[in-house]
Amino acid sequence: MLAFIIRRLGQALLVLMAVGFVSFAMFKFMGDPVESMLGQEATAADRAELEERLGLNDPIIVQYVRYFQRAMSGDFGVSYRVGLPVGEVILERLPATLELAFLSGVIAISLGFMLGVYTAIRRDGYVANFIMTASLIGVSLPTFLIGVFLIWLFAVNLGWLPSFGRGDTRSLFGVDLAILTVDGLKSMILPAITLGLYQMTLIMRLVRSEMLEVLRTDYIRFARARGLSQKTVNFGHAMKNTMVPVITVTGLQFGSIVAFAIITESVFQWPGVGLLFINAVNFVDIPVMSAYLLLVAVIFVTINLIVDLLYFTIDPRLSVGNN
Amino acid sequence: MTKTFLKLTAASVALCAGLSAANAETLRWARAGDSLTLDPHAQNEGPTHTLAHQMYEPLLQRDMEAQIIPALATSWEPTEDPTVWEFKLREGVKFHGGEDFTADDVVFSFKRAMMPTSAMKELLNSIKDVRKVDDYTVHFETDGPNPLLPNNMTNLFIMDSGWATDNGCEAPQDIANGGDNPCVRAVNGTGAFVLESRKQDSETILKQNPNYWGKGEFPLEVTEIIYTPIQEGATRVSALLSGEVDLIQDVPVQDLPIVERTDGLKLNTAAQNRTIFFGMNQGADDLASDTVDGKNPLADNRVREAMNIALNRDAIKKIVMRDQSAPTGVIMPPFVNGWTEALDGYPEYDVAKAKALMEEAGYGDGFGLTLNCPNDRYVNDEGICQAAVGMLGQIGVKVNLDAKPKAQHFPLIQNKETDFYMLGWGVPTFDSEYIFNFLTHTTTDKLGSWNATGYSNPDLDAKIKSLASETDQEVRNATIAEIWDTVKSENLYLPIHNQVLNWGMADKINFAVQPEDQPHFKFLTFN
Repeated sequence: MLAFIIRRLGQALLVLMAVGFVSFAMFKFMGDPVESMLGQEATAADRAELEERLGLNDPIIVQYVRYFQRAMSGDFGVSYRVGLPVGEVILERLPATLELAFLSGVIAISLGFMLGVYTAIRRDGYVANFIMTASLIGVSLPTFLIGVFLIWLFAVNLGWLPSFGRGDTRSLFGVDLAILTVDGLKSMILPAITLGLYQMTLIMRLVRSEMLEVLRTDYIRFARARGLSQKTVNFGHAMKNTMVPVITVTGLQFGSIVAFAIITESVFQWPGVGLLFINAVNFVDIPVMSAYLLLVAVIFVTINLIVDLLYFTIDPRLSVGNN
Repeated sequence: MTKTFLKLTAASVALCAGLSAANAETLRWARAGDSLTLDPHAQNEGPTHTLAHQMYEPLLQRDMEAQIIPALATSWEPTEDPTVWEFKLREGVKFHGGEDFTADDVVFSFKRAMMPTSAMKELLNSIKDVRKVDDYTVHFETDGPNPLLPNNMTNLFIMDSGWATDNGCEAPQDIANGGDNPCVRAVNGTGAFVLESRKQDSETILKQNPNYWGKGEFPLEVTEIIYTPIQEGATRVSALLSGEVDLIQDVPVQDLPIVERTDGLKLNTAAQNRTIFFGMNQGADDLASDTVDGKNPLADNRVREAMNIALNRDAIKKIVMRDQSAPTGVIMPPFVNGWTEALDGYPEYDVAKAKALMEEAGYGDGFGLTLNCPNDRYVNDEGICQAAVGMLGQIGVKVNLDAKPKAQHFPLIQNKETDFYMLGWGVPTFDSEYIFNFLTHTTTDKLGSWNATGYSNPDLDAKIKSLASETDQEVRNATIAEIWDTVKSENLYLPIHNQVLNWGMADKINFAVQPEDQPHFKFLTFN
């Protein structure tokens, strides 16, 4: 187990370095940060001077090594756009994204699981068919449209929920969280649904097909034949075995919820790292973009590790094989 | 006795609290972008200046009609020596922290804004020295007479020298070297509003300054400002429709009718200080992107004339801009010094005439070239370019449209890597010289930095240079008129239109749109 974790951590470092380098190489095509940083009155001499000071004239590999060395010691530079240390800015925004991702993950997993099990057990029922059809909308509509539609319905027409921002926050161990206040929770509902809808339908469809698969297997038939109640068969035996693939996908999906909250956050002006990133792209704020991409890589690597460890606990066959 | 007294005090405190609550008017304001920094000299950018204006003050500022009015200076004029301007300062002004405002602060702030890490230094490069004469008099010495010195100062904010020094921000922050300073997060100005709290990209709260010198001079009806950037147009409009905000800037053109139709909301409109136009590389011997070998079709004025005639500006206004633009024949908005109605006139759209000109120039079969266009900078920028592609196609100019985000578009112009491009230009000094310096003068180290047309006319350059130190307004204006005549007759640029600004707001607000898109909330009144 320990050797496994150490091996994975070594791989993780390689992944981070690769992500860092690829993103750094990409920035050459992002445009010119100097252009956004200087006013329109700047002269050619000013531009040349700033480029030199930012080190943009060095070869990419030199810039990258310099950046990675500093990043390893926790120094991600200063944002070109807001002029604050990148580490500070990201740490300030990260709780907003994490709590939004957490809530939308909870919604997606619980609803997705319940609906998936339901549609599998009642596979020919009207309600189940309706849910299956409706879920197609969740998969096929772009996030932006869903968000704007929810705003139009719940904020503009019904006036129930706020259309933007994070609402009141309360500090917990020095971290500002919106999830702790009523106003904050109200602000979270629409973005959390928008962000979680795709994941929910995905989980639901996955749970349904896995469950159907399991329900067809021999041991379920024998269980039924032994006269176990329908409930015990469905929830005690069948459901447990649908878990493994579902956990993998759910874990990875949580990663993408965090990483790709960009659209939802910009539609709802949710002040998280996604919004920070999209603004950084518009401004060619290279320090923020680099740090964000590294952060996303860290999140994915961590989640993968957790998912692998969960396998061991859920599926005993794996740990037997490992020993 | 004491008890009664206490009760009385409590009652009167409660009464006062009740009263002030009744009078307090909070304004919830949203626009697309947030201010970049609170350091007043670190960025030269519209939304950043706009927020700073509520808290910091310049020596003189532009009011809601964009006229220059006194702020921290009460009078300003050249002394007997035309290279020295004397500014008299307002007395009895205090900074938010309680410090007195004096000439030392002015000298400090200008010197700070002229440092290498400042983004404001280019606007001040004619200033040689700033000197304190006495506590309320300052002299500015310029390199040669500079009649436009005051015009360059309307966004130059005054900080308290003691506060800035104590906080370690004597210099604007040096982003390139990881420099950080507290003035990026905190404000100590003389302005009508005091910073209460700020979360970048999320929410900034300002409270009225109880010691503001302008009490009685300005309405000052807003007691609290809650400023939230909302970058998605649809969300911004929704926030206004649902009553979550009271005033929005940057109303998307397609949403104007909704705002106008909604009860309790209104839409205010004004011409913006920004002209949209196309630039053509007419200086090169051969173009990189065209289909003509060894020649540059854009070098022929008849071709440029034909393209100018082929642009149907009224159709662009009607279809692309939904009437929210003012077609123009010159690259400056009407309130800029040098503007005339004759210059503003644009040729009638006439395909036959344009085709004849193309034929005459030897391009009867037309030619192809690439148009570089931004897609996230100006109102419907890409739509305008698409319309122009169709219109130019009618006279045989086959345009290949290349639309990119501004971060990639502007470097093409700066590095002169484009043959045909869209650009928008605002004139913060409200004088033609500013336009000539950047767009008409031959590209040199200091001038012509945005002139990607390759156009170079030494005679015109000499005239432009002469404007900087010409103190006789009549002579100066005559030169300006001459330069515009040349620019127009040579079709140096193809002007499209002046942008129109729209602010959507609740009915209870009386507020005119400011041509620089800078609301100054001390002027705002409620019904």
